[in-house]
Amino acid sequence: MIDIMTAILWLAGSAFALLAAVGVLSMPDVFTRMQASTKASTLGLGCLLIGAALQMGDLASFIRAASIGAFVLLTTPVAGHVIARAAYFAEVPLWKGTVLDERKRDLVRDSRVPSSAQEAGDEPPTGDDQR
Amino acid sequence: MLDIVSQVTLVTLGLALLIAFIRLVKGPTLPDRIVATDLFGVLVVGLIAVLAGWSGVRATLDAAIVIALVGFLGTIAYATYVERGDPQ
Repeated sequence: MIDIMTAILWLAGSAFALLAAVGVLSMPDVFTRMQASTKASTLGLGCLLIGAALQMGDLASFIRAASIGAFVLLTTPVAGHVIARAAYFAEVPLWKGTVLDERKRDLVRDSRVPSSAQEAGDEPPTGDDQR
Repeated sequence: MLDIVSQVTLVTLGLALLIAFIRLVKGPTLPDRIVATDLFGVLVVGLIAVLAGWSGVRATLDAAIVIALVGFLGTIAYATYVERGDPQ
């Protein structure tokens, strides 16, 4: 019984890992590649670790597998955030089909108001309410 | 049965490592290579977990803990390097 569960979990985990690698190879953009890469670290590694803990059937190894899973689940969002931030500020080109860039929109909105106020001098502010 | 399943799992994970390595070589920018390296670390941790469950050696999981930690630190270090330098 435990062998069957372990076999199913390991096959599912390795399939998720392979799909994540294929996604990292075939996605068009850094950010979409990161989105594909997280499947390996949550679903794939989770299934593999649960299978290994079931197969060993031991409290110490179960605690170790759980600690690995908790560590990876905690550090993957941090690493993803840091990579995405660095890639965006290094001006890595986005995919040409990108429909929403909120950071660029906010930069354009925030830079337009002070520059127009500086250039126009005593012209009354037109856009947002500012004193 | 479990021997065959673990061999199939190990071969599949090795194939995933190979595909991630292709992205590591091809990657047009440095963040692509960082993503591939991060995926490398996760895949190696999964491979070591499967090896530990197959062989029953409990100390193998400690190596997986160390590799997960080093992979995270390497990713953070590379990302801070990219944020200050040239993306190419």
